[in-house]
Amino acid sequence: MLILTCPYCGVAADETELTPGGEAHLTRETVGADDAAFEGYLFKRENPKGVHFERWRHAYGCGKWFHAARCTVTLEVFGTYPAQTTEPPKDIRDKITAKRPGWSWRDFG
Amino acid sequence: MSTRLARDGRFLNKSKAIKFTFNGKQLRGFEGDTLASALLANGQTLVGRSFKYHRPRGVVASGAEEPNALVNLGAEGRFEPNARATTTEVFEGLKAASQNHWPSLDFDVGAINARLARFLPAGFYYKMFIHPRPFWKYIYEPFIRQSAGLGKAPKARDADTYDHFYAHVDILIIGGGVAGLAAALTAGKSGARVLVIEQTAHWGGRAPVDGGTIDGLDPDEWVKKTLQALEKMKNIILGARMMGTGIYDHGYVLGYERLTDHTPDQDGPRHRLWRIRAKQIVTATGAIERPLSFAGNDVPGVMLASAIRDYVVNYAVSPGDRTVIVTNNDDAYRTALALKDAGLEVPAVVDARPEGGGALMQQVKDRGVRVLTGKGIAGVSGGKQVQGVKICAQAGEGAVLEEIPCDAVAMSGGWSPVVHLWSHCGGKLLWDQEKAHFHPDIGRAPTGADGEPFVIPAGAANGSMSLANVLAGGVAAGQMAVERAGLKPKRIATPEGDSVTEAPMQPVWMMPQGAGVKLRNKMWLDYQNDVKVSDVQLAAQEGFESVEHTKRYTTLGMATDQGKLSNINGLAVLSNALNADIPQVGTTTFRPPYTPISMGAIAGEARAELFQPIRKTPIHEWHDDNGAYWEPVGHWRRPYCYPRDGESHADAVNREVTNTRENLGLLDASTLGKIVVKGPDAGEFLDMLYTNMISTLKPGRCRYGLMCSENGFLIDDGVVARIDDDTFLCHTTTGGADRIHAHMEEWLQTEWWDWKVWTVNLTEQYAQIAVVGPNARKVLEKLGGMDVSKDTLPFMAWADGQIGGIDVRVYRISFSGELSYEIAVRAGQGRALWDALVEAGQEFGVMPYGTEALHVMRAEKGFIMIGDETDGTVIPQDLGLHWAISKKKDDYLGKRAHERSHMVDPDRWQLVGLETIDGSVIPDGAYAVAGGTNENGQRNVQGRVTSTYYSPTLKRGIAMGLVHNGPDRMGERLEFPKIDGTSVFAKIVDPVFYDKEGAKQDV
Ligand SMILES: [Zn+2]
Repeated sequence: MLILTCPYCGVAADETELTPGGEAHLTRETVGADDAAFEGYLFKRENPKGVHFERWRHAYGCGKWFHAARCTVTLEVFGTYPAQTTEPPKDIRDKITAKRPGWSWRDFG
Repeated sequence: MSTRLARDGRFLNKSKAIKFTFNGKQLRGFEGDTLASALLANGQTLVGRSFKYHRPRGVVASGAEEPNALVNLGAEGRFEPNARATTTEVFEGLKAASQNHWPSLDFDVGAINARLARFLPAGFYYKMFIHPRPFWKYIYEPFIRQSAGLGKAPKARDADTYDHFYAHVDILIIGGGVAGLAAALTAGKSGARVLVIEQTAHWGGRAPVDGGTIDGLDPDEWVKKTLQALEKMKNIILGARMMGTGIYDHGYVLGYERLTDHTPDQDGPRHRLWRIRAKQIVTATGAIERPLSFAGNDVPGVMLASAIRDYVVNYAVSPGDRTVIVTNNDDAYRTALALKDAGLEVPAVVDARPEGGGALMQQVKDRGVRVLTGKGIAGVSGGKQVQGVKICAQAGEGAVLEEIPCDAVAMSGGWSPVVHLWSHCGGKLLWDQEKAHFHPDIGRAPTGADGEPFVIPAGAANGSMSLANVLAGGVAAGQMAVERAGLKPKRIATPEGDSVTEAPMQPVWMMPQGAGVKLRNKMWLDYQNDVKVSDVQLAAQEGFESVEHTKRYTTLGMATDQGKLSNINGLAVLSNALNADIPQVGTTTFRPPYTPISMGAIAGEARAELFQPIRKTPIHEWHDDNGAYWEPVGHWRRPYCYPRDGESHADAVNREVTNTRENLGLLDASTLGKIVVKGPDAGEFLDMLYTNMISTLKPGRCRYGLMCSENGFLIDDGVVARIDDDTFLCHTTTGGADRIHAHMEEWLQTEWWDWKVWTVNLTEQYAQIAVVGPNARKVLEKLGGMDVSKDTLPFMAWADGQIGGIDVRVYRISFSGELSYEIAVRAGQGRALWDALVEAGQEFGVMPYGTEALHVMRAEKGFIMIGDETDGTVIPQDLGLHWAISKKKDDYLGKRAHERSHMVDPDRWQLVGLETIDGSVIPDGAYAVAGGTNENGQRNVQGRVTSTYYSPTLKRGIAMGLVHNGPDRMGERLEFPKIDGTSVFAKIVDPVFYDKEGAKQDV
């Protein structure tokens, strides 16, 4: 059972306090998008062995959505940050680079 | 035959006799006995039958690894199947019964399976039961059901209580043997908060039985002294009878404490599940001895050498008068010494190693025991009890050299560290060629949130096999745990362990080495699931190269013992058959729990009323007092109907519908979701959420809206009221309030976070009462306080005001098709308004109505219900709701999805009404069949029923359904086959059965 720290209220929350929201930093495709782009938005997801960015909600706490950067193999958590961003913040990316040189995830890395 | 010895046993209180029964027979044991030791003390070597062949089986082990001695314990509310006799402490009045036999343990009909063994090879389920398909129902399934499972399922409600307990510690030490105690002492001295747990009732593990000295003391003395020191430390909690069940992410551990299993009359919970978070975990979980694979190694009386030693020393039980020992290592010689010390005969030690052992062997020889080196066992004589062993050369094919009479066999194939807990959360293993076992790979430990290791193995669990190394490892683990937990370790003197130096063991995976198929057919690997050496070899021959596949194909290690004795032996046999190295083949995955835990412990206090909180509306008690028949809706309870004396539920529903249509009905609609959406961008936001245009709604007006997911599928519906320019109140379905509120928040927080919108779920702040029927206006006018006329408050309008002196908000909305006012009041006023309406309504024929009447009336009107007409694959267009989809909006959630090729496919099933030809009610969920069959030989279908009711208004069965090209096929007849083989026929009609023009609600 993971522990993730909510970047809003600062609580180190047990997984049972959180609800998962799947992959982070998806771009919403809508009217005007071609079939491939829309399919990608709806269904195509990363399933990495290693660095991953996820959405979580502090559902049984402050109710806020946030992002977590973590390693799916070692369960190391590189950091959590508010959901109001379209890409991982630099300090988190730097931290991952220090721990996992040469990492990449989608277009980031 | 096994019996009680005159001497003392370490765990026994011989002054306290205990009476218990086994298969109805009165037996006696002593305080401190396990059920297994007490059965052996009573000469009960036969304790059960095996799963597949019903072979007679006896006790093999003395602890959690026991595969055979599983019993049904207790009766009725305290009945428990598959209890391990070796970990069950006896108590006065204990009732145990053996499992998996018919008609009796001694005479078992199923044993005939053993004679059919060649027809039940590895994977026989897969091979035999595939064809022909029709055999499944009457032949295969009953056969499998009869032979599946060892114990019986309990029938009565569990009479005991259980609870959960949370603990946060710096260091958790799992295992109270000398390694765990040394680690605890080290960690405790540093001031860390330490929890030490031990699965048995006794501290000290194997060391007191296995001998040697610690700091010059007898191990028993050292354990006692150490425990006293630990008990004095306030920062240490010691928990006996508590098993480390599993290690999970980020230092989460489940501990399973058995509080009153041994004292069932004591008050308090029976089991407690500890939910532990530890910064560091020391796994000092010991090691388990392996059986040897020789023919007849499952005959009752063949036991692990260490177990025999335990029974003699700890429980004063003799496994037999004459015990032959068979081994590939020095440790088993300790059993010979223990038996000799107890005055029992050891006719021979059969040592597979050509050179034999070291100092321990010499000690045994000095006691006058015959030692045969380079030898093995070619067979065991006896059926329900060992009568002798046949000796052969280990290097040969099994030619019998001599036969030695005996009534017990002590076997030792070496020791496997208990790496389960280390492995649960990703700890990796290394193969030790010399000791022939897997041990933790310290460099690849489970890691925590910081990416650093959080589990440290110690003692035998880490592969240490001498007392000195075990103790040193315990201290080192304690120190490392303290440091990693961020505390300062204090140095302590490492307790000095002294034990006899052992000669190297020699791996023996089959005995004798060149055994032919006849012998291999009788070499058991997995006792509980009846898997033999020949089965694993057959699997390999048939191409099962992966250990995980072989496991499932042969069922090796899949029984309740999870292969604690069989995994390594089976793996070695597979590796040999595949001509591969053991580490290359690898182990199967270790998963929690370490041994099975009770369902009660998992549930804890979450049972009966505490299982799930019930949500009650402010009017709940009135419903209860007035005979409501309750229906669960989400966490809510809603009245389904209010049956009167002599009425069936169907009668009551019909009466409620008719009365509402003719007079006046009251519905408690408080459970409807009520979400306020407020802010300058609220209109724009709701335009994105609903398929309709919401932003154009005028304050004071209501609009019915649909919500879709980004996939385009309907997720909720309800009426939106505009309160003022930037405030909307969104009604959701009863079950949907929390979900839809979360859905709104998700989009606001993660996609449109710059929009100025706030949402609040006010569902429980308001009670809501639907006042419905031709007399609805009359009752409100009688109570008075506001103008509810059509002119002032027309259909689909709302207004604030007072009714009967209570502040209300009245919505002119209707889900029944009748004149209807939904009145929202502050929750605290809900009951007062309800009471006022009931009283004032008497002269207008008021009656409450429940959810079923609500459903019937909405179906008569052709209104859809989320969850009936929708199932997560239905789009609004399927339901003829095009009118509720705005063509003017550039975008809304689901709009792009509605353009996908499958969504615009003209062949999608669409909503129609269904009217049965004979007036009967179509069964729920019935399918309309079409001509021909599909590729599975099933009849083709062309539609299905989504809602079906008896309509008291139309006095006939009505239904709604999704039908292929339905709206274009009005008047056509469809056939709906029923479960009884007959069919009901229905005509496709318009889904609106009642008041098609909508005149009645708009008055
Ligand atoms: Zn929070």
